[in-house]
Amino acid sequence: MRKLVLAISMLAFAGSAAFADPIQDRQALMKERGKLAGQLSKVVKGEEDFDAAAVLTTLKALQANAEKFDAEKLFPAGSDQGDTTAAPKIWEDMAGFKAAEDKFLANTKEAVAAPPGDVDGLKAQLNTLGGDCGACHQSYRVKKG
Amino acid sequence: MAWLKKLVGAVIVLGGTGAAAGWVLSAPVRLDAETVAQLRPGDAIKGKRIFYAGGCTSCHAKPGAEGDARLQLVGGLELKTPFGTFVPPNISQDQKDGIGAWSEEDFADAMLKGVSPSGEHFYPAFPYASYARMKPADIADLYAFMKTLPAVAGKAPDHKLAFPFNIRRGIGLWKWLYLSPEPVIALPDGTPDKVLAGRYLVEGPGHCGECHTPRDFAGGVKKGEWLAGAVAAEGSGVVPDITPGGRSIKDWSEADIANYLETGFTPDFDSVGGAMVEVQRNMSQLTADDREAIAAYLKAIPPHPNGYPARKPAS
Repeated sequence: MRKLVLAISMLAFAGSAAFADPIQDRQALMKERGKLAGQLSKVVKGEEDFDAAAVLTTLKALQANAEKFDAEKLFPAGSDQGDTTAAPKIWEDMAGFKAAEDKFLANTKEAVAAPPGDVDGLKAQLNTLGGDCGACHQSYRVKKG
Repeated sequence: MAWLKKLVGAVIVLGGTGAAAGWVLSAPVRLDAETVAQLRPGDAIKGKRIFYAGGCTSCHAKPGAEGDARLQLVGGLELKTPFGTFVPPNISQDQKDGIGAWSEEDFADAMLKGVSPSGEHFYPAFPYASYARMKPADIADLYAFMKTLPAVAGKAPDHKLAFPFNIRRGIGLWKWLYLSPEPVIALPDGTPDKVLAGRYLVEGPGHCGECHTPRDFAGGVKKGEWLAGAVAAEGSGVVPDITPGGRSIKDWSEADIANYLETGFTPDFDSVGGAMVEVQRNMSQLTADDREAIAAYLKAIPPHPNGYPARKPAS
């Protein structure tokens, strides 16, 4: 009996470790987003050649990343505690937070629907998308030491 | 009892002398005649650059305004600090509620000396302790540019400060301690022009040190920890160390810093956040040369460890 209880509790613990770390999940999503933006930035800065097909693939990946963003699931109540730079304002103003993310999603969709034909076009799009990153981080992220 | 009378008399005389000295020392001081004589009609086109280097809109635009509406400088943002709440005023061209009636000399007194046209001290939340390092010609150009911006009626609410910070006259004493047109970082002869240009932008109009440097008990910037980062004076969190000694941007190249100021992306593709978002938007309006000069200066200044406590490990 004791072994059974132990086994169940261990399973439960393993389960919670696998599913219930929204902080890690949202950080992974943001890291991926940054990496994708970085790929586009290399092209804008001239470190890589402009390849329309590759750029479109990256833009599609950004859209897919934005679609995975579920504010309720990634920022549940209580997940303001721990190793996170999420600002309390997220929970005070969930509607504003979601609107900021929706704007990013809408802009990725727009970029995919009208992919850039040259570096200048991409630069303009990346400016818009980067502006969305900053607009959200302005209010909803806190810099910690 | 004669001795008691004498003592009381002495205390009154001493106290009175002290108060009188304090009153004299705390008097608002306008620009000297020599500096005023340097003022010329400015050039609005050049002034636009100074306007964005200074980031006037970050505090004086209507909170939440976007696009061209940010040029309506009605003020009204609330800056909640340990001294109380500061509310940036209307600095639009409105004759009554803004600064439309100010002369160029009035404007220069405000920017370089922190004195209003009516002869009162401004609170140093208006970062004239940095602007004091600006060239009169740049002040004149900025004045000319601001003349091209719209007049918008509406007074912003007053500051809400606790005693003793609500006594404006006391700022005169603060100025004796902290107001100086001298550069913070002395650079040796032969320093490249680019670094000097960066010093001017960072220490003067850019007023980067106002947030990025820790302050002492009286709210003065600790020049010995210049740009070492600080616990945010307003809002929450910290403002990063931007010297070559801190963790924040130690590994960034000059090109990385310039690119961050232009695009808002860090070298590892995180994005700008917090109050720096507005700053970066303004910096993106400068020329590449100006951004590169800022980067060169930040690489040339003395390194300091972080001017704020380390982050607590997650429990």
